Amino acid sequence: MTELTHLTIAEARDGLKAKSFSATELAKAHIAAVEKARALNAYVLETPEHALSMAKASDEKIAKGEARALEGIPLGIKDLFCTEGVVSTAGSKILGNFNPPYESTVTKNLWNDGAVMLGKLNMDEFAMGSSNETSAFGPVVSPWRREGSNVSAGASGAIEGTHLVPGGSSGGSAAAVAAHLCLGATATDTGGSIRQPAAFTGTVGIKPTYGRVSRWGTVAFASSLDQAGPITRTVRDAAIMLRSMSGPDAKDTTCVDLPVPDYEAAVTRGVKGLKIGIPKEYRVDGMSPEIDALWAKGVEWLRQAGAEIVEVSLPHTKYALPAYYIVAPAEASSNLARYDGVRYGLRVPGKDIVDMYEKTRAAGFGREVKRRIMIGTYVLSAGYYDAYYVRAQKIRTLIKQDFEKVYASGVHAILTPATPSAAFGIGEKGSGDPVEMYLNDIFTVTVNMAGLPGIAVPAGLDSQGLPLGLQLIGRAFDEETLFAVGQVIEDAAGRIKLPQPWWA
Amino acid sequence: MSVDQKTVRRIAHLARIAVTDEEVPHLQGELNAILSFVEQLNEVNVDGVEPMTSVTPMTMKKRQDGVTDGGYANKVVQNAPSTEDSFFLVPKVIE
Repeated sequence: MTELTHLTIAEARDGLKAKSFSATELAKAHIAAVEKARALNAYVLETPEHALSMAKASDEKIAKGEARALEGIPLGIKDLFCTEGVVSTAGSKILGNFNPPYESTVTKNLWNDGAVMLGKLNMDEFAMGSSNETSAFGPVVSPWRREGSNVSAGASGAIEGTHLVPGGSSGGSAAAVAAHLCLGATATDTGGSIRQPAAFTGTVGIKPTYGRVSRWGTVAFASSLDQAGPITRTVRDAAIMLRSMSGPDAKDTTCVDLPVPDYEAAVTRGVKGLKIGIPKEYRVDGMSPEIDALWAKGVEWLRQAGAEIVEVSLPHTKYALPAYYIVAPAEASSNLARYDGVRYGLRVPGKDIVDMYEKTRAAGFGREVKRRIMIGTYVLSAGYYDAYYVRAQKIRTLIKQDFEKVYASGVHAILTPATPSAAFGIGEKGSGDPVEMYLNDIFTVTVNMAGLPGIAVPAGLDSQGLPLGLQLIGRAFDEETLFAVGQVIEDAAGRIKLPQPWWA
Repeated sequence: MSVDQKTVRRIAHLARIAVTDEEVPHLQGELNAILSFVEQLNEVNVDGVEPMTSVTPMTMKKRQDGVTDGGYANKVVQNAPSTEDSFFLVPKVIE
């Protein structure tokens, strides 16, 4: 029998149903794997007691023949989702030992479907970052290593050598899924934070359409861009998990009242009769030839599977990232105003209340978060609002219109690379110029700006043996087509062989 | 557009983040790098374009104007650094 931690969600579901193993056995196998992988720093909090009691409840349900959609499936939860009675940090010191008295809608939906919580996953502070290096709890080590690299687990159990980043902000989620420390993980994506780490770790990540998943109880970064989704090891698993995460929610007025389709049923639809757009503007300067070659391969796979391939134009693509770096910090500066040392978390005393606010926020926020709050404060300040914020929102309209024109011409989905390169090493990017790090998101950020769904699917390895991903962008609320096309890519590329546990 | 050190201090104060003298030049450099990156947006003709207000066109959900939740002040203040009788405590505001 395959190791329990190496099953897909679909296989584990079938195995539980057939009583080949119990939910408790499945949970225990994962708890053990998580304990042995502490050097990766993927989990900021392990919750084995929760996992075992939830697994026990699942075993009872299964025994009674009442198994729900995710019954007994062990998952990791990005620490941006508030979990009742379980400390939730958003990767920041400013939340201190914040212990939410409520459950986020996404996690509540998962528990209602029988899922089991293994713990809370590391992430960039407030989801601001592309490498998981901004976390107040230290960086996550990617389970992937370059061929011939000297990275290893030293005698003390600490990682030695210059390790790779798993991407970000959902770096803990991606690393945990790739390292078999959970069967799937929740993640969130504001500019690429699901798809970029998925691409860096050979996993599947989908950011659904804005409004598909409730944002209630998820710590806010940029409210008009934030959307939760799953990171999993297969396209089918992503479909299974997204279905459970999604659905209407009276507590989030931006969450749509649309029924959730059976995404898993869409996985086997194929691409015959579909028109796939290839946007010429995504062929950017300095893109690695390997990425370009992978993209061409993806086109060929889809053509051979019966899709019609057409070149399309999204002329405002290059403006998406700069516009994002106005809109997202502006919304963040407003959302993060609540961390003031009064209602929760850290407080640093001051000579008066303003001094207390300023000292608390100076001590509690990391550098990247402070930088973004300040940029946001600046672009919203009197005299600059029209020049920056309103202009960026107008450009956002133009970006969305680009997509609308392409979809109106009959295109069903758009194929692009997921990232401009494979994973980089810790400390390699962004130390001098923050923009260097921001450029990681050039292919993903347009999708958030337009509110559309996007999926990253592993499509091959580069010359150093590191995974590369392709991205599919869909029509609003047509995640089903993304699963169908994504499965064709997964089938053509073959499942990526994930790293052996060198860290254990 | 670029910011000088005085502006950096003013933004920091507006954002309620204390900055040290050593931090100001770094922040100035980083903020200016971002501002120069976003400068390219000025190339785009946005005449007559509506600024985006909602990513997906939808009707605002409405609900009955009634009390649907609440009645647990203890829970509301349970994570606060300083409280008294279900009130948040702050340093003296009015002299």
